[in-house]
Amino acid sequence: MQLTNRSKVVVDKNMTLMERMYVPAIVSGMLITLSHLFKKKATIQYPEQQREFSFVYRGKHILKRDEQGRENCTACGLCAVSCPAEAITIIADERKKGEEHLYKEEKYASLYEINMLRCIFCGLCEEACPKDAVYLTEELVPASYNRKDFIYGKDKLVQPLGTSAHPKTYKPYKK
Amino acid sequence: MEIPVEFLLEKTIIVVAVFTVSLVIAMYSTYAERKVSALLQDRIGPNRAGPLGLLQPVADGVKFFMKEEIIPSSANKFLFVLGPSLAMMTACLTGAVIPWGSTLEINGSIVPLQVTDLNIGVLYIFAVVSIGVYGVMIGGWASNNKFSLMGAIRASSQMISYEIAMGLSIIALIMTTGSLSIRDIVEQQVDGHWNIIYQPLGFFIFMVCAFAECNRTPFDLPECEAELVGGYHTEYSSMKLGLYLFSEYINMFISSAVMSAFFFGGYDIPYIEKLGLDHNLVTILGTGFFFFKIVLFIFLFMWVRWTLPRFRYDQLMNLGWKIMIPLAIINIILTGSGILLFK
Repeated sequence: MQLTNRSKVVVDKNMTLMERMYVPAIVSGMLITLSHLFKKKATIQYPEQQREFSFVYRGKHILKRDEQGRENCTACGLCAVSCPAEAITIIADERKKGEEHLYKEEKYASLYEINMLRCIFCGLCEEACPKDAVYLTEELVPASYNRKDFIYGKDKLVQPLGTSAHPKTYKPYKK
Repeated sequence: MEIPVEFLLEKTIIVVAVFTVSLVIAMYSTYAERKVSALLQDRIGPNRAGPLGLLQPVADGVKFFMKEEIIPSSANKFLFVLGPSLAMMTACLTGAVIPWGSTLEINGSIVPLQVTDLNIGVLYIFAVVSIGVYGVMIGGWASNNKFSLMGAIRASSQMISYEIAMGLSIIALIMTTGSLSIRDIVEQQVDGHWNIIYQPLGFFIFMVCAFAECNRTPFDLPECEAELVGGYHTEYSSMKLGLYLFSEYINMFISSAVMSAFFFGGYDIPYIEKLGLDHNLVTILGTGFFFFKIVLFIFLFMWVRWTLPRFRYDQLMNLGWKIMIPLAIINIILTGSGILLFK
């Protein structure tokens, strides 16, 4: 079955004199390159311009806080279980008296680490999370000289206090 | 014989001006080459050094001078240095006989805008261009490197082959003009009687051969980075490499000038005499128009380079010996019979 009209039948015929002169072919080729002179350029002037991320881009994780600045995460461990790369480590702890302004529920993650070298940014943790806590943002995970630096703890993951969303790029796409 | 001081001064100024202009145009040809290649490939090209990247040639030049100068231990040092010097020297020599404009009247004396009006200007250009091959040949041989040698051999055989067709195409032109002085050839084309009308085939052959003589794509077999690393300049570094690359651009500039002078009326703007402008103004406008033609030709060189792939070596030789030379001879016969019939 023929799917497209792109295939060309090869014929072993002798070229005509016009074809053997090659000049018309050269001229038509030059017209093609000339038309590219006026086409839109593909270049993005990187440091000044940045390419827009796709709406569903999955980058560095963030651990969300709620409106009162309390961490959403309850250390249920569903993200760690769903993680196909086993990149997430969680240690749960019980909320003490006087910590109600820090953690939303009685249980919280005293340690929440994501190994960015293992993470494949599949976004399954985000889908598994029942507490609206972990999201993947548009931020990139920068390079480093040290393997240890790729294990991101809560200091790097939790949304900074006083911000309603991620400071730069946080856009929840799960509606 | 006494040489008047004014004459010396006038010629010195013209020599310095021609030299400077060819160097500056060659410098900006490197910029234009990068810009044109970028634009034809949907890119932007150099735009960081200065506005629109206009200082890029300066940056390139500084880079060339700052690079470490390496002369291979097995190379012949004298010839290794002689190669690029010769290439550069011959490239600059050719500009001497090209008429850059008509005459200027300064304080009653008439100054032709040309270094010297040799009555064998055409032959002079051919002679100097032929010496140009020695720069490539000596450089490639002195490097003591097989890739360089291959490039040099290719360059010399290519340039020799195409010189024949080039010379033959010019013979037909000279049959119509009857003079070997380039100024005479240009003066005969005044008011739109450009030689391209009488010699279209001759122009075509000359242009193809000029591409080959300048070692430009599709005839850049001597460099041929895909097979020969860098061809004849593989072992060169720093400004000696720069001189080779630079001489290529000067050659391109000079070939463009020769083509516009021989076939496109040089500094002639058709029917500008009818406007009744001041003679000096007409001269300056004409020179400007001449440079406009040259720039168009340089663009053509680049346009072709970024369109066509290079020939295989046997195709190159076939084209030179079996097509270009017979065509040029046919052109001579046609021109001769045309002169017999119509004059």
